[in-house]
Amino acid sequence: MFNVRKLAWVGFAFMLTGTALVAVMIILNEASVLYTFYPPLAAHPFFYVGLVLLVLGIWACCFGVFINYSHWRKAHRGQPTPLLAFFAMGVFVLWFFASIGITIEVLTLIPWSMGLVETTNVMVGRTLFWWFGHSLVNIWYLVAASVWYVVVPKLIGGRHFNEKLIKLVVILLVILNIPGGFHHQIVDPGISLSIKYLHVFMSLAIAVPSLMTAFAMFAVFERAGRRLGGKGLLGWLKKLPWGDVRFLAPMIAMIAFIPGGAGGIVNTSNQLNQVIHNTLWVVGHFHVTVGMSVVMTFFGICYWLVPYLAKRRLTAKMNRLGVIQTIIWTVGMVLMAGSQHAAGLLGDPRRTSFTTYGDHSTALSWIPYEYVMGMGAVLLLIGVLIQVYAVFHMMFFAPKGETEFPVAEAEDGAAPAPMWTERWGLWIVLLLMVVAMAYVVPIMDFILNAPPGSPPIKTW
Amino acid sequence: MHRLEEIWITLSVGLLLVFMLIIGYQTFALGMGPPSHKETIDPQEVDETEPFDDPGVKETGDNEYEIVMTMQAFQFTPGDIEIPAGAEVTFTLATKDVTHGFQVAGTNINAMVMPGHVQKITHTFDEPGEFLILCNEYCGIGHQMMSTTITVT
Repeated sequence: MFNVRKLAWVGFAFMLTGTALVAVMIILNEASVLYTFYPPLAAHPFFYVGLVLLVLGIWACCFGVFINYSHWRKAHRGQPTPLLAFFAMGVFVLWFFASIGITIEVLTLIPWSMGLVETTNVMVGRTLFWWFGHSLVNIWYLVAASVWYVVVPKLIGGRHFNEKLIKLVVILLVILNIPGGFHHQIVDPGISLSIKYLHVFMSLAIAVPSLMTAFAMFAVFERAGRRLGGKGLLGWLKKLPWGDVRFLAPMIAMIAFIPGGAGGIVNTSNQLNQVIHNTLWVVGHFHVTVGMSVVMTFFGICYWLVPYLAKRRLTAKMNRLGVIQTIIWTVGMVLMAGSQHAAGLLGDPRRTSFTTYGDHSTALSWIPYEYVMGMGAVLLLIGVLIQVYAVFHMMFFAPKGETEFPVAEAEDGAAPAPMWTERWGLWIVLLLMVVAMAYVVPIMDFILNAPPGSPPIKTW
Repeated sequence: MHRLEEIWITLSVGLLLVFMLIIGYQTFALGMGPPSHKETIDPQEVDETEPFDDPGVKETGDNEYEIVMTMQAFQFTPGDIEIPAGAEVTFTLATKDVTHGFQVAGTNINAMVMPGHVQKITHTFDEPGEFLILCNEYCGIGHQMMSTTITVT
């Protein structure tokens, strides 16, 4: 059998080399083009080469997961895949197809940045970037959601939700995901209003699986709480293990996704997008969704995964520290994201160094919010330091022992997911059809009606 | 699926359809759609191409103005614009170098200005005051200084 473990290490080496190359170019001030690297801002060719290596590394890991999946299916004919493996399949299918657009973009930018090609089509580049740019965060979100669905129910002494719904959520998130990035282009020139309207619909569609997740998770909590003796309308809430960091952190993360998702709906809605586009509102939005929903879930994972890997135990003291860390992080993020949302509504732009625009009164009115952002940032830094300490402690110093890898089981007598959920070939065809619906018309339009291209420009 | 799940999913999808109806009505019936002008230009010949060979404020009708403006790292041409209150202003925008963002803080004016593409956005300035125009897309080392004003008198 093909050695998947070796493939994963090869992927890791590629990603590490690529990241190092990219980081060195940024530090040398040869690539001050930010995450989006919109052409015609032109970085050093090595910056793009580093990105290619990064993507190759990701693809190696993708194929490792695909091979493992098909191997498992062959060895367990007629059985539905375990939930975490199913999530992994969803995450890596999304990784692979989301990264195709940006790979094409980067490959065209290499000869351009080297001067071998004179100009590049900036709108095609920008569109290919956003084919990838938003799915990236959804990939992290899907990983966090796998913990909410599969791990958290076990931690609260409950069972996971109906397997069919969970797998359906994964499938929908994978199929519908990629065009979601288009809402970053709602105020772009060169794209007709009807195409933009279609994209509002395609982006909003992603809210459906998230709303299903909200339903399923609260159903799981209520069931578990009632089983533990919770009475009345909300009595079950009190029965949940709030003092257990492994639960508390992902729980707050999930709750944060309620305002996070609502903000996302704002961002993707035509006219509302125009109000907040490229303002600090957007930064506030991803502090809620990534900084809280995703990162806090990952923090919570650390408190069982690290001891599990290190063959050590989570002590009561470390748990208490984790709860404190979670509270500090939550308060920090609420201050940070709250003030960013507010400042953004007042027009404060994102990705801009500190400025008062020559003491213009409008810009000065943003300053109080920026103070609050600063306070939030201090708390977040303290939170990070505690988290790093906790991980090192649990890895190397915590008392030896056995820690469980918590995986929830189905309700007694629950039906397994139907086998059609495993038809990844079909899901990929549907994904490609959705991508085609979203991108064929605008990209062909940009190519066929292209203006003269842009030469590389360095403005830093 | 469970009855409650069905109700929840129906409500979710229904909510989104209501959203779509409202957004569609505003976009197509009320003309409130986002800036989406379709017109191309040679990004290296902006100064030689009409109307950008003569940037400035032009009166196009009764209290209607067109402001032809070029953007480049790190300035707007023309800057420090003055218009009368109640004026309906159409900004016609093009960039001479990299991607810029055109935003007037305190209004709903917010548009990407991409090399090779002319962008247009219209707004009626009802209230007098000095509004801050700024670039809201990172464009280089001086991005945070790229601003000017529009004064409504």
